Amino acid sequence: MDKFTTHTGVGVPLKRSNVDTDQIIPAVYLKRVTRTGFEDGLFAAWRNDPDFVLNNPTYTGGSVLVAGPDFGTGSSREHAVWALQNYGFKAVISSRFADIFRGNSGKAGLVAAQVDEKVVQRLWDWLEDNPGGEITVDLESRTVRAGVGEDAVEDSFDIDDYTRWRLLEGLDDIGITLSHDADITAFEAERPSWKPVTA
Amino acid sequence: MGKTLSEKVWDEHVVRSAPGEPDLLFIDLHLLHEVTSPQAFDGLRLANRTVRRPDLTLATEDHNVPTLDWDKPIADPVSRMQVETLRKNAADFGVRLHPLGDIEQGIVHVVGPQLGLTQPGMTIVCGDSHTSTHGAFGAIAFGIGTSEVEHVLATQTLTQARPKTMAVTVNGSLPEGVTAKDLVLTLITHTGTGGGQGYIVEYRGQAIEELSMEGRMTVCNMSIEWGAKAGLIAPDQTTFDYIEDKPEAPKGADWDAAVAHWKTLRTDDDAVFDKVIELDASTMTPFVTWGTNPGQGAPLGASVPSPDDFDEPNDKVATEKALQYMGLEAGTPLRDVKVDTVFVGSCTNGRIEDLRLAASILEGRTVAADTRLLVVPGSVRVRLQAEAEGLDKVFIASGAEWRGAGCSMCLGMNPDQLAPGERSASTSNRNFEGRQGKGGRTHLVSVPVAAATAVRGTLSSPADLQEV
Repeated sequence: MDKFTTHTGVGVPLKRSNVDTDQIIPAVYLKRVTRTGFEDGLFAAWRNDPDFVLNNPTYTGGSVLVAGPDFGTGSSREHAVWALQNYGFKAVISSRFADIFRGNSGKAGLVAAQVDEKVVQRLWDWLEDNPGGEITVDLESRTVRAGVGEDAVEDSFDIDDYTRWRLLEGLDDIGITLSHDADITAFEAERPSWKPVTA
Repeated sequence: MGKTLSEKVWDEHVVRSAPGEPDLLFIDLHLLHEVTSPQAFDGLRLANRTVRRPDLTLATEDHNVPTLDWDKPIADPVSRMQVETLRKNAADFGVRLHPLGDIEQGIVHVVGPQLGLTQPGMTIVCGDSHTSTHGAFGAIAFGIGTSEVEHVLATQTLTQARPKTMAVTVNGSLPEGVTAKDLVLTLITHTGTGGGQGYIVEYRGQAIEELSMEGRMTVCNMSIEWGAKAGLIAPDQTTFDYIEDKPEAPKGADWDAAVAHWKTLRTDDDAVFDKVIELDASTMTPFVTWGTNPGQGAPLGASVPSPDDFDEPNDKVATEKALQYMGLEAGTPLRDVKVDTVFVGSCTNGRIEDLRLAASILEGRTVAADTRLLVVPGSVRVRLQAEAEGLDKVFIASGAEWRGAGCSMCLGMNPDQLAPGERSASTSNRNFEGRQGKGGRTHLVSVPVAAATAVRGTLSSPADLQEV
């Protein structure tokens, strides 16, 4: 996984709450057996609407999504994270993420930056005044920033310490766990014999 | 201070714990299906890793599989490729697979319990959010993403931050004709889709204890729909009786040892939950959704709400968008909403008890002229059991389509989809935009409401039907 320290890119306002993973990528797009190529399915239904934000040339190359509360609810499909990444998003800012989506983001290297609901509103307002403007997501200092001077928006975001550390270092989760192999083996030796097996 | 049930199960599975780090949890059972596993197996190959515990791993084919012509090759080449990839991966890595055509094939969350592999006190994961279903047995069970699937394959563990604990206590008894599905839909409308976020929820109280295992699975299945990490129910005699005759249940002395342990899996009297919600089952009624998330629901006897009924600006906007998508007018009685397709099935309501209930309502009645009823058993075993009991004949006589086992129209990855603008009453778990087919409109309902709706052609409960 690539290291993530800070990213600055075009902010894209997604003014909806409860954006579930079926909206991020509908099930019919989940049939690939690779981790790439899912950008076609990103927000597939909404992209038919010419007024949808991703169809607005102002946001071409957008890489920081600013979404309403309860982003990523529903299905556990990590394809939702891959679709956002394949399209070019590096970070999503929301006031509330569904647990599985947040977990998947951390594993795949997409920053899920949780901010106060008021910060989302301020970023939306700022993007309305500065369409195509860039937002910075700084993982080291855990801050989101947009603009300069009086209208500037700057606030902190939440991300758990462990995920932040892994993203900053670009570490492979499985590699870390395998370094605790002796602990796993010791645990296995103590498991009750009546626990079910499939083989 | 005592421990809650979920804390007991969690603590029994901690392999390693260190300050400032999530716990490393051992996973007792890892379930796989074709959609969320191919990239995980690829990852293993790239890193030259193996499956650590194939003997704690089980795969089945469910999301893509057709419910017609299941004895022929899958027509959609992309679906076929995904299913064939699972077969190759299972063979290469030595994982037990129940493929299409096998008697144990079916929806992964129906297969685990019917094999008896789902048992109290276990940790169970699967790359599918409805893994919470298995919590009905007193297990900690939750959905994971594909990176985590790879992690479990390679290590049989997961790194997990300890969730907070919540109790949902449902007092009183459910009235006649009101089901576990109505209970959980009522709860989700009460909490909203994010209400359970960060919590493992224990469902308890008289109404929960009175549920069958099937009903408990329906409740736990939908834990994810209000954002909970997992939902579970303390095992009791109902649980033990369900497991005892299953093929993979412990036998002889193992059974006695297992039950002795399972009986300790209860929340201690002096344990404290981080949050408590109380509901009264006796006032519950048949409950349906009108919107585009499972928290947008109302009693069947109510009318479609108006955006003005909500105080929060986000709720107003969400309601407006939902009504527009659903093609509904505020103020319309829900009973007047005409339905094109009724779907009985899914990991929420595709078990034998669900099919018996649907058949009992459809017996001697006919599906409305402009309505299509699809009945999809959750597994091959459920299909065969239903056929042995003659339920298939009841469905076919009523005008329903009797199909093969799989996820089917719950998410429309196979040919079972709604057409744009088509409206369904569905016993599944998600009414998201386009979930059952692009442009499709979904109302989540219980099995009795589904069956009665099929007969009348509008959202209905059995009480609305004339005597046969």
